[in-house]
Amino acid sequence: MSHSEHKDNVGAKLGMWLFLFTELLLFGGLFILYAVYLERYPHEFSLAGRELNVVFGTVNTVVLLTSSLFAAMAVTAVKRGERGTTLALLGGTLGCAAIFLVIKYFEWSAKIHHGIFPGSSRLLAGAPGESVFFSLYYITTGLHGVHVVIGGAILSWIGARVKRGTLNAGDNVALENGTLYWHLVDLVWIFIFPLYYLIL
Amino acid sequence: MSVADNGRPVAAGFWGDTGKSGIRSWIFSTDHKRIGLLYLYSVLGFFLVGVILGLLLRIELMAPGRTIMGAQTYNAVFTVHGVVMIFLFIIPGIPASFGNLVMPIQIGARDVAFPKLNLFSWWLYAIGAVIVLTSLFSGGGAPDTGWTFYVPFSARTGTNVSLAVFGVFVLGFSSILTGINFITTIHRLRAKGMGWGRLPLFVWSLYATAWVQVLATPIIAITLVLVIAERVLGAGLFDPGRGGDPIMFQHLFWIYSHPAVYIMILPAMGVVSEIIPVFSRKPIFGYKMIAISSIAIAGAGSLVWGHHMYTSGMSDRAVMVFSFLTFLVAIPSAIKVFNWVSTLYKGSISLEAPMLFALSFILLFSIGGLSGLVLGAAATDVHVHDTHFVVGHFHYVMFGGTGFAFFGAAHYWLPKYYGRRYREKPALVGWALMFVGFNITYFTMQVLGIRGMPRRYYDYLPEFANLNLVATVGSWILALGLIIMIVNLWRGLFWGEPFGENPWGGATLEWTIATPPPTENFEEDPVVTHGPYDFKKGVGIP
Repeated sequence: MSHSEHKDNVGAKLGMWLFLFTELLLFGGLFILYAVYLERYPHEFSLAGRELNVVFGTVNTVVLLTSSLFAAMAVTAVKRGERGTTLALLGGTLGCAAIFLVIKYFEWSAKIHHGIFPGSSRLLAGAPGESVFFSLYYITTGLHGVHVVIGGAILSWIGARVKRGTLNAGDNVALENGTLYWHLVDLVWIFIFPLYYLIL
Repeated sequence: MSVADNGRPVAAGFWGDTGKSGIRSWIFSTDHKRIGLLYLYSVLGFFLVGVILGLLLRIELMAPGRTIMGAQTYNAVFTVHGVVMIFLFIIPGIPASFGNLVMPIQIGARDVAFPKLNLFSWWLYAIGAVIVLTSLFSGGGAPDTGWTFYVPFSARTGTNVSLAVFGVFVLGFSSILTGINFITTIHRLRAKGMGWGRLPLFVWSLYATAWVQVLATPIIAITLVLVIAERVLGAGLFDPGRGGDPIMFQHLFWIYSHPAVYIMILPAMGVVSEIIPVFSRKPIFGYKMIAISSIAIAGAGSLVWGHHMYTSGMSDRAVMVFSFLTFLVAIPSAIKVFNWVSTLYKGSISLEAPMLFALSFILLFSIGGLSGLVLGAAATDVHVHDTHFVVGHFHYVMFGGTGFAFFGAAHYWLPKYYGRRYREKPALVGWALMFVGFNITYFTMQVLGIRGMPRRYYDYLPEFANLNLVATVGSWILALGLIIMIVNLWRGLFWGEPFGENPWGGATLEWTIATPPPTENFEEDPVVTHGPYDFKKGVGIP
């Protein structure tokens, strides 16, 4: 498209929604495994699930929900043409993302410190269902963490564009799409949190 | 638009100056036609690699015992043959090459919805391919698991499975992005008057394919990540010793990989639906049913993965459900075949090269489809599971089906894009040799399978020797036909007779524009006033 530059915001959003479907299905594979193994090892899952720290999980849920709120507010702000507010709100989202990852880091380190990680001697000696639970836990939350990092990178890039003024009240579909991605990160966590921390 | 008869270059069109020089005007181009050709050459290159590996396999199996390679090499060669043919040739094959070349023009668009993303998809394809190729020569050597990467072997083998699997992961990402791009394009960029009921059937098939790409590929992505986790972290999710279940790997693998065969075959059916009416000089019979059956195949085909697992130890009830659903897929497939045949009925059939490939598609796909029912029925499948019958079956649908449609598309559309055409006679000779060689090779394999010869075995009992020899000789005839066809195409497209705007008499939009198409396809946005197979009303731009 060299000389007839055209913008199709509806198309851009349609494409983003399709991409979000693929992300949901990516995690869907892990949730299928969770369902099958929960059915097979209900007792072991319940024991292992209680070893997770509900406080860490709850705080992280609140942090992530807040970050999503900031992101949604940033969309409104950019549409009103408030560049400073948009940047501040995006900064808030990124700050929350950082807090989330730091908490995750402490949570994982504590677990690893207690000898709970895939292939550890403690898990190898324990019941098989427990090893499956923690492998799923690490892979699912790890993959989610990767998505937090990717989402953070996308929002940083968008923030840079807002700062430069190339993303503004007139042209902001990139911010809307970036925010959609961020809500996905949030949404996946909304499923991970009860499945691993609460219901077991 | 100067068309010279003396063999000098035909007018430029999209081949003309782009402001970038040499190779950069291709590998950094966002023009869907240039990206389509990039894909075409990439997939053809890998196809030839796969062909050579396949020929080597046939030579090894020509006689019992060692013929030209050791057992470990044989394992690696059949694995790499499968990985290259499936992930590097046939999945991106028709949609990414001819889909890119043709689809935007057929719907009256100047490009796809996301041209930069389109280029990025090709780059991901190229990067994924390089990673897969690197895995062959690094680490513990070429993977020896078969293209299915089944655990527990893939979790334990010392060969370089992790890198190969990661390469396939990247290729999957490329496929997803193409799917997203095509769905958005078909929804958003249709020209005025191009309603869903006037969409060429090739576009309908790409639309169904794109949905499968978007909805199924993420599952293989996560499955491959889990294989890497098994190998690198020792996650144990598929390891029975640690509470895991290897059958879960098979489920997750086939949740993608069965729908993936529809990513391979649906666009091929679309190509055939374009060629048959044009060379019968008759509107397609049952347009609506063919369009709907594409969607039905995509939908029902996503629910039948378990028919790869009848002997895996899955529950008998699941086997029955999957068997029933598998038979359902035969219905929309048969609808297509009957509609194509009805289109031919009382048509004014012209047996030129594209038509020969399309007609052989119908025959070969029918044989492959019917042998598929033998495998879909649990009672018979148990006897021929993992035999050469399966190898024959999927080569009938994949090579006899998609492969022949791919070459039909090449003979049908490429002259339009190059402005020159191939010679008809060598094309016929090439086709005839391929057709004969193909049937000798793969029909023999089906017979071998029925008689009990397992697939993926390095050695076999002496009673299979004669038929194996026949299959190997058949593969040479097939290869000879391929060489003739490719050389003829190559010479024709670069040095052949000029090709006019619409020599075939097609009624879809790509035949209404100049040859080769200009950079942005249409001088003015077209307004569509008739259906894609409405030959009486002629061209689409008023």
